[in-house]
Amino acid sequence: MSFQITHLKNVPGTGIASRQHKQESFEQAPMYVAVMTYLGFGIVTLFGYFRDFLRAVGLEKCNLAQERVEQKDFVPLYQDFENFYNRNLYMRVRDNWNRPVCSLPGPVFDLMERVSDDYNWTFRLTGRTLHNAINMGSYNYLGFAENNADFLKTVADKTQQYGVGVCSTRQEMGTLSIHEELEQLVASFLRVESSMTFGMGFATNSMNIPAIVGKGGLILSDELNHTSLILGARLSGATIRVFKHNNMHSLEKMLREAVCSGQPRTHRPWKKILIMVEGIYSMEGSVVRLSEIIALKKKYKAYLYLDEAHSIGAVGPSGRGVAELFNVNPADVDVMMGTFTKSFGAAGGYIAGKKELVDYLRSHSHSAVYASAMSPPVTEQILRAMKCIMGKDGSTEGIRRIRQLAENTRYFRARLKEMGFIIYGNDDSPVVPILLYMPGKVVAFAREMLERKIGVVVVGFPATPITEARARFCLSASHTRAMLNQVLRHMNEVGDNLCLKFSRLKYSSCPNLCDETDFELI
Amino acid sequence: MNFKSFREYLSWLYYQYLLITGIYVLEPWEKSIFSSILFSAIGMVIYTSYVFVPIHVRLALEFFSGIFGGQSESTMALIN
Repeated sequence: MSFQITHLKNVPGTGIASRQHKQESFEQAPMYVAVMTYLGFGIVTLFGYFRDFLRAVGLEKCNLAQERVEQKDFVPLYQDFENFYNRNLYMRVRDNWNRPVCSLPGPVFDLMERVSDDYNWTFRLTGRTLHNAINMGSYNYLGFAENNADFLKTVADKTQQYGVGVCSTRQEMGTLSIHEELEQLVASFLRVESSMTFGMGFATNSMNIPAIVGKGGLILSDELNHTSLILGARLSGATIRVFKHNNMHSLEKMLREAVCSGQPRTHRPWKKILIMVEGIYSMEGSVVRLSEIIALKKKYKAYLYLDEAHSIGAVGPSGRGVAELFNVNPADVDVMMGTFTKSFGAAGGYIAGKKELVDYLRSHSHSAVYASAMSPPVTEQILRAMKCIMGKDGSTEGIRRIRQLAENTRYFRARLKEMGFIIYGNDDSPVVPILLYMPGKVVAFAREMLERKIGVVVVGFPATPITEARARFCLSASHTRAMLNQVLRHMNEVGDNLCLKFSRLKYSSCPNLCDETDFELI
Repeated sequence: MNFKSFREYLSWLYYQYLLITGIYVLEPWEKSIFSSILFSAIGMVIYTSYVFVPIHVRLALEFFSGIFGGQSESTMALIN
């Protein structure tokens, strides 16, 4: 691992956009951290082999799936690395995931207490509940996951009017008037011509990309794209090429090469070149460089698919996503996709763009033809949340929440950096990943925070590179300053106990006052 | 970090050892196996170095002083 420090320079630039990207840092940890991470994984792997040996010999009972005796001569099913990792590392520590929540996932929530008698192979609920733990893991960016009876009155009315299930697909008899209303509202919110909504966010990506691109097309997708985008791209049958994360040189090189050489063997021109990026990447907290991608797209005549799952409602002065953050004309983005799960407290996704595109998808998308339509109470929840954000319900609650989220984000990130943790991502993104690196520390962090009544999400190997395990905090507009201060206080203590403060950059809380490079090596 | 007693500091050090080597996630008998192997290996290294390092250092010094000392004696002989 080469020693690398990233700059926090302030280059005089025009407007917000250029300032954004100078504030994205992906600091690398010192060398000893990498050594210790590999050491930890190595020792646990050795013990994994030892335990597998004991299981094979019969000295220990195997609690996981095993082939039947009649199948002993078949090709082994459970010997690949994923199953090995699952048996020997994940199972030992899996009490940190799948914790049962027994209340609304708002800023505070209740957890059911779970203990295990046989080292996490089985669990039992003790019956006690952990009340009012602070929730730092739910994607509740604007705080719409609430159960206030006044706010939810329209949802209750619509449930009485339409029922709960739609019992049909969109194409057959599942298009309700409330769906039409929602689609017009989404289109006017995003300032595009028209939009279409789907019942499930993951399915919006994986079922619609095959309808947009087919064999003979080229998909240029970012290194760190979400699984739903990757699945949709693979299902479509197009050629997929991956460019380095947020790296415009890599993307431009691939675009030039694609335009010059064409399809692999025949060298015919590609039918379509689609660039797939996300607004905010959920594991890194980094924001896409939208204005540069649009410039590239116009130069090389490609199409752009923007997945705003985490950024819609959460960034931008009025919550309209990265297109507003970068002051870009929404008509420049060919396909805008997003989900309602995160900022709107509901479920489902949308695709928005030109009228011809959306009309085409209405009849050719798998999700529209075969999947059940969005449920009416969920649709009404999105309608009321969106009207609140746009200010159409007559109050300033929406704008207040957006500003509160932005303020919480800036405060939380600044304080964590001052404390000395390594944080990835852009300073304006409400997703805050804190790097923990070592497997033992990841587990200890989650357990200690739970003891202090704070629920966090830690992420390890399959979702992140094996040496970059992290804890991911999702800030919410409904977190008060007192809650954030409590979380920060506990983070400070846990960070000292576990020695998690790896950062070597000295962070100054007012970086805008000076013009030159303002970092120092400690 | 303020430690109320030396015992607390020792238990914090033990915790760091568990976290860094990664054996925090293992079961207690596995922790004992690993710790006993590690400390017996360290013990053997210390014992071997205590017994053999002074002897080896003395032999090395004699060897090198033999070369350089012998060299300077022969050049002196040539000059004289």
